[in-house]
Amino acid sequence: MDEFMLRALLAGIGMALAAGPLGVFVVWRRMAYFGDALSHAALLGVALGLVTGWSMNLTIAGICLAVAMLVTWLHSRPELPADAALGIFSHGALALGLIIAALADGVRVDLMAYLFGDVLAAGWVDVAWIWVGAIVVLGVIRRYWNDWVNATVHEGLATLDGVAVARMRLIFMLLTALVTAAALKVVGAMLITALLVIPPAAARPFASTPEGMALGAVLIGAVSAPLGLLVSYRWDLPSGPAIVLVACGFFGVSLLVRRKTTV
Amino acid sequence: MEPVREDPDPLLSARGLSVSRGGELLLRQVDLTIHAREIMTIIGPNGAGKSTLLSALLGLIPLSAGSVRQRPGLVVGYVPQRLRVDSVLPMTVARFIGLSNGRGELPRDLFVRLGCAGLLERPMHGLSGGETQRVLLARALSRNPDLLVLDEPAQGLDLAGEEQLHGFLEELRRERGVAALLVSHNLHFVMASANRVICLNRHVCCSGSPTAVRATPEFKLLFGDKVPGVGYYQHHHDHSHTSCGVVGEGEHG
Repeated sequence: MDEFMLRALLAGIGMALAAGPLGVFVVWRRMAYFGDALSHAALLGVALGLVTGWSMNLTIAGICLAVAMLVTWLHSRPELPADAALGIFSHGALALGLIIAALADGVRVDLMAYLFGDVLAAGWVDVAWIWVGAIVVLGVIRRYWNDWVNATVHEGLATLDGVAVARMRLIFMLLTALVTAAALKVVGAMLITALLVIPPAAARPFASTPEGMALGAVLIGAVSAPLGLLVSYRWDLPSGPAIVLVACGFFGVSLLVRRKTTV
Repeated sequence: MEPVREDPDPLLSARGLSVSRGGELLLRQVDLTIHAREIMTIIGPNGAGKSTLLSALLGLIPLSAGSVRQRPGLVVGYVPQRLRVDSVLPMTVARFIGLSNGRGELPRDLFVRLGCAGLLERPMHGLSGGETQRVLLARALSRNPDLLVLDEPAQGLDLAGEEQLHGFLEELRRERGVAALLVSHNLHFVMASANRVICLNRHVCCSGSPTAVRATPEFKLLFGDKVPGVGYYQHHHDHSHTSCGVVGEGEHG
């Protein structure tokens, strides 16, 4: 196997490991719009990285974390609906990123690569980033799993059970920011939310416990990535969209299963 | 009107509790004390701040003034007004109840008594309103609470279910010494089962034993002259906030 293919496979599978258990919470808590907002803001990180020459991975991660913290802070202020505030913020960051990229002289930005991902171009450093990130994310999720599930069902009940709900929310936002930053390389800004949302949705009909759904999401994600890469390699298609389409295929299959089991 | 009881160690007490949101004062200067082994019922019109008061007492929302003191080590079982578990979250009733204590160890006899022993393996999102209420109550009780806080627990219950619930609360109080603080709309049951009633309309209008409260002009202003106890009352919506507040403020509680 070509080395670039191996790297792409490892990156895709590492992504699925982290995106599955995090994605179930994105779906349960109806936070898909948050993933979208983060991925828009991530492009500001790309622009900053290009202009300043800072490490691209670190810059993107930094911007995503900063946006996540600002959004969490906005959540605690009732003046504006959360989604409106988020929209203003993420598109503001996106616009700023585009302007910075345009102002930077001599920088030829291949925006397509960041909009739709270019996992085949991932280097070993990128792969290492994704795996370190995935292991950190999995460790934190494991640590707080029960508290998160509890707070997802009802924040008031969880608070009385001794769960620090506000802190849990912040940690969840930060992890999502990290995964978003890592996923930018794999599927690109436009498709990051798909990676978080589709595998859990496809896993739902097969699961009867929260854990089962998270595990199913990991499996479906981890199969979608290599299959998508294979399709992309075989027919010379863009890799990010191919991965997402394969995941969509799994969701289609799960719809049929759902129909059978719910009747 | 309320006999002054010296309780050096109440379960929960609030002094001068105020809550505001977006510049609007939702609760003003509420004083309230819940003693061990008593059933206290909050009544009041829509928008009176009943749920807000419960949330504030439980520490779920910030106070803008005043203080709440809980007896150290107090265990509270809370039944929120509504719980909707989305069908996208796969969770059985047993798992939901187990989330609370983490042990997954459930008192079987309690479920049988609450009539939800058969529900344990059912998914949460498939429960009816009445079933959800029973499951919430079971979850609250699985923590072995000193105090039950119930936000309109009769929602989704039929009349028989509501009567059963009040009987059950009274049994818990007698047998296990569990105190209860609840919001109710059914004056008939309130008058029959509460030890103490608090009439709330963004502040405490009047409080005391059911008979004492019923005799106050504030009560009549809020709920009309129909004497509850016959299972029917007319809720007057033309009450005005200030007319009640002027009389009630600072004199009771």
